[in-house]
Amino acid sequence: MVLQPSLKNCLRLSCVLRTPKAGFRSTASGPLIIQSVSNDVYQNLAVEDWIHEHMDLEKRQVLFLWRNSPAVVIGRHQNPWQECNLRLLRQKNIKLARRRSGGGTVYHDLGNINLTFFTTRKKYERMENLKLVVKALKALRPQLDIHVTDRYDILLDRHYKISGTAAKLGGTSAYHHCTLLCNADKFALSSVLKSPYKGLKSNATPSVPASVKNLFEEDPSLTSEMLLDAIAKEYATQHQIDHHITLINPADETLLPGINNKTKELQTWEWVYGKTPKFSVSTCLNMAYKDAVLDVKVNMDVKHGRIEVCTIDLPEQWLPPALYSELVKSLTGSKFCPNETTTLATTLLRVCPQDDELHSRWNLLCENMIMLM
Amino acid sequence: VCIHRVRSCSSIRVIKSKYVCVFDKSALKFSHQQRLFRTSAVSCGQIVQFKLSDIGEGITEVTVKEWYIKEGDSVSQFDSICEVQSDKASVTITSRYDGVIRKLHYSIDDIAFVGKPLVDIEIDASKGVASEEDVVETPPMSHEEHTHQEIKGHKTLATPAVRRLAMENNIKLSEVVGTGKDNRILKEDILNYLAKQTGAILPPSPKAEIVPPLPKSETVPAAPKDRARKIPVPVSRPIVFSGKDKTEPVTGFQKAMVKTMSAALKIPHLGYCDEIDLTQLVQLREELKPLAEIRGVKLSFMPFFIKAASLGLLQYPILNASLDENCQNVTYKASHNIGVAMDTEQGLIVPNVKNVQVCSVFDIASELNRLQSLGSAGQLGTSDLTGGTFTLSNIGTIGGTYAKPVILPPEVAIGALGKIQVVPRFNGKGEVFKAQIMNVGWAADHRIIDGATMARFSNLWKSYVENPASMLLDLK
Repeated sequence: MVLQPSLKNCLRLSCVLRTPKAGFRSTASGPLIIQSVSNDVYQNLAVEDWIHEHMDLEKRQVLFLWRNSPAVVIGRHQNPWQECNLRLLRQKNIKLARRRSGGGTVYHDLGNINLTFFTTRKKYERMENLKLVVKALKALRPQLDIHVTDRYDILLDRHYKISGTAAKLGGTSAYHHCTLLCNADKFALSSVLKSPYKGLKSNATPSVPASVKNLFEEDPSLTSEMLLDAIAKEYATQHQIDHHITLINPADETLLPGINNKTKELQTWEWVYGKTPKFSVSTCLNMAYKDAVLDVKVNMDVKHGRIEVCTIDLPEQWLPPALYSELVKSLTGSKFCPNETTTLATTLLRVCPQDDELHSRWNLLCENMIMLM
Repeated sequence: VCIHRVRSCSSIRVIKSKYVCVFDKSALKFSHQQRLFRTSAVSCGQIVQFKLSDIGEGITEVTVKEWYIKEGDSVSQFDSICEVQSDKASVTITSRYDGVIRKLHYSIDDIAFVGKPLVDIEIDASKGVASEEDVVETPPMSHEEHTHQEIKGHKTLATPAVRRLAMENNIKLSEVVGTGKDNRILKEDILNYLAKQTGAILPPSPKAEIVPPLPKSETVPAAPKDRARKIPVPVSRPIVFSGKDKTEPVTGFQKAMVKTMSAALKIPHLGYCDEIDLTQLVQLREELKPLAEIRGVKLSFMPFFIKAASLGLLQYPILNASLDENCQNVTYKASHNIGVAMDTEQGLIVPNVKNVQVCSVFDIASELNRLQSLGSAGQLGTSDLTGGTFTLSNIGTIGGTYAKPVILPPEVAIGALGKIQVVPRFNGKGEVFKAQIMNVGWAADHRIIDGATMARFSNLWKSYVENPASMLLDLK
């Protein structure tokens, strides 16, 4: 029996599910087209993980269709602070997710469709998949000027990016997923994907910004559903199967055993933020205090999303030295996260001397620090 | 080089864990699994260079992004070794061998080449030996379940699980009679051998692979009459618990809490508890809830408790004060910024409602809604979390009847509210009625607040809460 690749502690799951029909009620073999009934980005990413780990793709390849409510999805090795406006995301309640495949950052909403092509590692072929998508679109609307670039993007009118690609390869299975802009909110897209954070130095994979356009703008009669259907039809034709889409519910534990744990893991701070490659922040806070503006140099090293080293260049005695060192000590080891820093700073304030002047300086400094996160 | 594949099932994993090459100090640093290893000298395996395999699509180089292991770690076949990235594809490289990682050829962000060595793995060529002289050597792992081996010139057939069982019980396989095919030694044979040694009949245990070694005293050959009796002796099976302690540094918010609570400990706490009859308040809230909802606000009991506390503080301002570090001065705070303890993912945070003394019950309810939604989204700001002068903790929403709260410096008093329970009570006429009872536990800084003050404040607060209409008289 072929053992599916798995992380050390998941062996018991993969031992149970080493059947070709792992979990899916459909008894036919051969390629399968499935669509998620959920718009939750974490649930849908968890389905990708599940299929990648548990399905025997030798017997059947899978095309997975999904859409998400507003979310920003960063690549496996990216830095969310570098890629998007986290403050704006929090304000607008837009979710942040880190996927397991590589590549750059994308904005998802219901006007953007996601396609995942699951194959064995040997049959991993991104160009073929993208050509399939182009063929499907052209069959639907022959007048569309679309083509695939060698960077695995799909361009509209030779200029506008309508699809980006990423992939994940494991021991024996692989998947290639891509987006397709039908009718996404371009305004939200451009505002959230602009990072306001200065002074970041990192080796994380940077995103390559591109001008985007919705297919809807080219042809207002197009809807996401039509595009999904066209692609499914083309896939069915090329793989010689029925044009039948199986709907799956990513919360169904009996169909996909272990899926809820995967969903939870994708939402943990440790995964979303903690997996950021080591980076440093080197910037200057301009703090307006009374009648002056203080320039305060700040340097921080962040590893696994936590502050490893922190130095703040305050004017001497601006804060009592004991208090300053207490702040730095508390920040060291804590998450590079505004909420954590706020609660930390306000809690520490309880044991400071009760002096209004001191409190206002402290709050000013802490608020400025929080703006960096 | 013979590459040994493993059938990954739990029993074989345990075998592997016992036999480890004690090569040098680095081998002792194992991160993931618990290792029990023999300390006697052992022959070591050979080092294999695990090369980066083909990624496909003609890719020749990748960037190493994350290591899942480090030098000295043990790996099994199919364990994840590292994550590499190439042109938008993230690839998990899994190990092809069992062994110990001896060398990482790349650091993070280095370019790695397909076909070139990625890591050096030391493969266990032969397993470690037991400390006895007569060796039961466990064989290298192979796909076949049964292995051949030469011990003292005899070919002894036994599965790895059986070998382990024998080894754990200090049994020489050569002395056991095999009853299986080709004189193969089966588990039953080992058990029978043991039984003969001790005079006990061991019950068949189809699930458990491990039978604990019997204590030395019982291996003395039993008297003949014991054998004749044949009374089954229950075998105590050790409960195998494979969890282990996890130590983490105290960081961030927790560190701050440590500081605060240590400071709180220095305050001599005066405790005072009472029972409150909320029957009337429950009714009032039922009536007012829909009115508040029309205005877009969820009305709980807290706004009433908070407003009543503020009215009480007007009469007993010492409870809304602050004592300086040297206990020289008491500052009576003008604003009643009443903190509400909130349980979040992070832990306990205490945002406060500012200036309750000039707020209506509805204002308080609306502000509480705002703080609660910010709190659960992890978006409370510094101004919400600072400046508190008095705190109420509604622990009763989680549970509990009585609570002994801890004062949050620089405040001097705090109240903890238990849960509301329906219990029988006597009314003025001596009749039993259904009462909605809640317990409150106050704590105050005994250096500046005495029991009488606390009691009187509590009584006043109680009277407002038990008879909400009376609040109307004193509302400003």
